[in-house]
Amino acid sequence: MSNKKNWPLWEVFVRSKNGLEHRHCGSLHASDAEMALENARDVYTRRNEGVSIWVVESKHITASNPENNGELFEPAQDKVYRHPTFYDLPDEVKHM
Amino acid sequence: MSEDQIKNLRAEESLSLEAQFEARIARDEKIEPKDWMPEKYRQTHIRQMSQHAHSEIVGMLPEGNWITRAPSLRRKVALLAKVQDEAGHGLYLYSATETLGISRDEMYEQLHTGKAKYSSIFNYPTLTWADMGAIGWLVDGAAIINQVPLCNTSYGPYARAMIRVCKEESFHQRQGYEIMIKLANGTPEQKEMAQDALNRWWWPSLMMLGPTDDKSVHTAQSMKWKLKRKTNDELRQQFIDQTVPQADLIGLTIPDPDLKWNEERGSYDFGEIDWDEFWQVVKGHGPMNKARMNARVGAWERGEWVRDAAMAHAKKKNNRKQKQAV
Repeated sequence: MSNKKNWPLWEVFVRSKNGLEHRHCGSLHASDAEMALENARDVYTRRNEGVSIWVVESKHITASNPENNGELFEPAQDKVYRHPTFYDLPDEVKHM
Repeated sequence: MSEDQIKNLRAEESLSLEAQFEARIARDEKIEPKDWMPEKYRQTHIRQMSQHAHSEIVGMLPEGNWITRAPSLRRKVALLAKVQDEAGHGLYLYSATETLGISRDEMYEQLHTGKAKYSSIFNYPTLTWADMGAIGWLVDGAAIINQVPLCNTSYGPYARAMIRVCKEESFHQRQGYEIMIKLANGTPEQKEMAQDALNRWWWPSLMMLGPTDDKSVHTAQSMKWKLKRKTNDELRQQFIDQTVPQADLIGLTIPDPDLKWNEERGSYDFGEIDWDEFWQVVKGHGPMNKARMNARVGAWERGEWVRDAAMAHAKKKNNRKQKQAV
């Protein structure tokens, strides 16, 4: 088994119906984008799970590192003023 | 700091990481691929998930044997769809396992060299059409019992793959049971064929749920990581209790003279399982171990030129596109 001939890995995203977003559903190996689409159809939509498929070669995805979650996500935690419940309104105003 | 002090500090650090990790799992949090995890967690998951994937792939072979000889078009499309699902399940599981840092090729190599195991049940032959019924009913039935708790397991990609697998699997069991119903209500010869298949697949199906609790080496750790929610013996009892009434319903007899309802336990008591047979098959001495591996490795090797050609084609197409862009 020679490594250089291995089919690259692709990530598969499926839109289950119009109006909803594409969601990641798994990955697969294929030699090119066209084959990745065809394989994704067979592997991930055998029971009408989708109306649209995206495939992207896994190596093109840049992911955040969970070790940096503190500096990435904690700054949002103390900004309660970004939420509607932070603001005081008179009871008479029922919906706003 | 001396080298020893640094070493101690490191050990302490990793110990506290591990304690935090165990606490996350205890809180029912999911572990995702890039999260820190103990090496043993990674290795255990690679082992179990890849063996699960291998079982799906090898599991296609006993049934593939009957696709061309299915008795009707209805049975044929159903069996084809089932076998195709198994290929799909293998692929979901392989790709989930790859998130732990092992390549597809390494996994194939482990399967092909016999380093990795697959479910021992697939090392039995499929002698008659009734075996398609017995496999769907019993083998898939036992697999579902094993797999449903895994939808809640701690490793995210495995749990997500299992949710897909379980959704698709219930058709497998129903199509098998339907084959058995039809045969059991058919001619005396057909009923005999169904009974014979039940006789041959019953005990291997019970063994499929794994060694008894006192002999199972991984149970304690696997329970902690939610790779297991019930012990092998509990799963086996559940399988027996659910299957016996299904056999009664279609007039087939479970091949166990010691089987009887235990009012007090609210469960069936059952006879001794031949664990020597189980270990023989696990060790490679089952009736079909060699044939299964030959078929699998042969298919992989005969497909090599196709894989290479597809890669060469992709490269050529890519080059052409780049040239046009210039």
